[in-house]
Amino acid sequence: MAIHTKVNEQLEHELEEKWTDEPGIPGFFNTVDHKRIGIRYIYTAFIFFFAAGAIALVMRVQLAQPNSHVLSPQTYNEFFTMHGTTMIFLFNTPVLAGFGNYLIPLMIGSRDMAFPRLNAFSYWVFVLSGILLYSSFVIGHAPDGGWFAYVPLTNTPYSSGINIDFWGIAVVFVGISTTVGAINFIVTIFKLRAPGMTLNRMPIYVWSMLVFSLMAIFAVPAVTVAASLLELDRLFGTSFYHVAGGGSVLLYQHLFWFWGHPEVYILFIPATGMISMIIPVFSRHRLAGYIWVATALVAVAFISFGVWVHHMFATGVPALALSFFSAVSLIITIPSGVQFFAWIGTMWKGVVQFRTAMLFAIGFLLIFLLGGITGVMVAILPFDWQVTDSYFVVAHFHYVLNGAVVFPLFGAIYYWLPKMTGKMLSERLGKISFWTMFVGFNVAFFPMHILGFLGMPRRVYTYDAGLGWDGLNLVVTIASFVFGLGALLTLFNFLWSQRHGESAPPDPWRADTLEWATTSPPPEYNFAKIPVVTSRDPLWDEQPLRVAEPGPEPLSALTATGALEKTMPVTEGMDAKPQATLGIPEPSYLPFVAALGVGGLFVGLLVKAALIGVIGVGVGALAVVWWLWRTDEDLR
Amino acid sequence: MSQATLPVTTAPRDRGYSTAWWGMVVLITTEAMIFLALLSAYFFIRASVPRWPIGGLPEPELHRSVIFTVILLASSIPIVWMEVALKRGNMRQVKGTLLLAFLMGAAFLGNTAYDYTHMDFGWRVNAYSSLFWGIIGLHALHVLVGLLMSATVQVKVWLGKVSPERHTTPEVFALYWHFVDGVWIFVFTSLILSPHFGR
Repeated sequence: MAIHTKVNEQLEHELEEKWTDEPGIPGFFNTVDHKRIGIRYIYTAFIFFFAAGAIALVMRVQLAQPNSHVLSPQTYNEFFTMHGTTMIFLFNTPVLAGFGNYLIPLMIGSRDMAFPRLNAFSYWVFVLSGILLYSSFVIGHAPDGGWFAYVPLTNTPYSSGINIDFWGIAVVFVGISTTVGAINFIVTIFKLRAPGMTLNRMPIYVWSMLVFSLMAIFAVPAVTVAASLLELDRLFGTSFYHVAGGGSVLLYQHLFWFWGHPEVYILFIPATGMISMIIPVFSRHRLAGYIWVATALVAVAFISFGVWVHHMFATGVPALALSFFSAVSLIITIPSGVQFFAWIGTMWKGVVQFRTAMLFAIGFLLIFLLGGITGVMVAILPFDWQVTDSYFVVAHFHYVLNGAVVFPLFGAIYYWLPKMTGKMLSERLGKISFWTMFVGFNVAFFPMHILGFLGMPRRVYTYDAGLGWDGLNLVVTIASFVFGLGALLTLFNFLWSQRHGESAPPDPWRADTLEWATTSPPPEYNFAKIPVVTSRDPLWDEQPLRVAEPGPEPLSALTATGALEKTMPVTEGMDAKPQATLGIPEPSYLPFVAALGVGGLFVGLLVKAALIGVIGVGVGALAVVWWLWRTDEDLR
Repeated sequence: MSQATLPVTTAPRDRGYSTAWWGMVVLITTEAMIFLALLSAYFFIRASVPRWPIGGLPEPELHRSVIFTVILLASSIPIVWMEVALKRGNMRQVKGTLLLAFLMGAAFLGNTAYDYTHMDFGWRVNAYSSLFWGIIGLHALHVLVGLLMSATVQVKVWLGKVSPERHTTPEVFALYWHFVDGVWIFVFTSLILSPHFGR
């Protein structure tokens, strides 16, 4: 069953020689291994997660009591801007890309992503854009216009400092990372699936990452344009958003939310994909309604491009448009409901094992239910007009973006970290962490609904006593620290497991998908022999997992690409018939250099130094030409 | 369906397009979305003002634009020819057609540069001028990137690094070139042609 047992020791030694990265600093900068890059993505994103979480806690200290002076109004503005920007751009999106990078090639039985060097490039771009954004704190001019940076507030002359430029430039910069990452996922998923893994045998998580990537391809350009035009207005004096010059401030909101609403689902869909992997395994039953769930993911993707104006209900958009966008926003609950019932059905028919990962999945179901219900409420026009810009909305989007994304992510950590590190996490500590987070989360965010009804507006740095908000705000602050403590417990659990955790077997959960068919952690080449897939749950079949063997039967030598050749099979997009082999490139510094070049361009724009920008473009262009000089076929 | 027999044939079938080619298809899709967003912005702002162009600015020059539009669009023909010649292994034709398309693209870019240096208004005047030069400029940037890619491919051809069996680089470049030509149809129609018929 497990492929790893078929490798003998001598072969293993040769494979290591062929595949292992250089040790130390060179290997750090030139690796193109999807697993190293994926883990690095996850670590980096979690550093940003804890940074943005700390920022949130300081804001909660400020809001714990009326008329506090922990933060000045200016610093408070900077903090809520950085909290939101970090969580969306530097935590949620990249951490999902990180899990995808690590898991997708393993789940589809391949050896790497379709473009391993592009993968490294997208990681470096992500890190550099994060550093660029956070350097604003160092010089004391962090962005202060909200994570959405609405004009005219963020445009000249109302925001004349460098603060907003950090935001605008970092958003365009990190968008490059998201985009090239998405290109990589799409081609990987369509072209590198193991022979026999037809589209309707793909694990739901792979489906969700495919939908994530397709949505990113269509949505990210809108925010890139929104932020680019803002920066052109700010840096070069154009008039895209200047009303005096015939520009439009509403244009910004349309462009921003054309990305912004699909983005909510871009974050949410991979999280549901993770849930669709975890629930069947811990229910000991295959996912109920596979076809329905896959269809629902695609449907959500389509519908989500028709709801963006529901973020603009209070901007004076024509009534007909309001009705349309309100109706579409209600329709999107249908495919979400389909998934929900599939998860319940799976648990209903199976035998539920309450492991930590499963607890997070069940916690997610409850939180998502609440966030979904408030979502339906704010989709209804009169209700939205009543609560817009109040804490009700803050409560709603933290239920969906924090609750319904972070809980699946923590579930994913407990489920897949043993595969990545080879160490089991402590179940006991995990369960304590879950309950602390779950209680902390609900006590922190549920009262915000009530605060919203009581009229507390968003984005205020303080409030007067006697408005009826004091007690609830104190409760929220205390509970948010409980939530933070719960998250730290999992961090501690991870650190503990590295020293004291039991070694993880290849398949600790008796799961069904291919990533569990290799060792924990997997070797650099993932699979010594490429698996051949004949069902949706290859490891739950009666017969042992088949692998591609050389010779006429059952597969051509084409597919039986040995790990010694450092290649992987390319298959047809739909039915995964073998087509060709693809070489895996050697480690390279070029992705890092190219990312530095792109970074130079953006730093040049930021500090208005043309020379830095020109050097950046030059270095980037040279690196890319050098990179593309030797293509896969030149290496053969 | 999930329990069906193994749908894997023994003989290697059609090799299909390379992964690089598919990557370029997706890149082009996202690039097209950038142009779509910008052209939407153009019409959004145009619909919100009483007169177009704003502030009595002149309508875009038409005659020279049409001539160079024809040149740019026609430059896709030698690229198609190049792909056919490459399949047949006629490297002389590959070199010739690549150079011809390069010169046609360069002529188009030269005309844009001429327009830019001889224009009546800069992009700071008002929203119309910002949109006009912003979108034209972005397209010109794409032509420039296309020329750089073409130069790289031509050097590879001259060094003998391209052959009927090693066709990925020219094939991917060709796709990008067609995109830059195709998107110009929309940019040209919206920015240069339509103001002559509208308000």
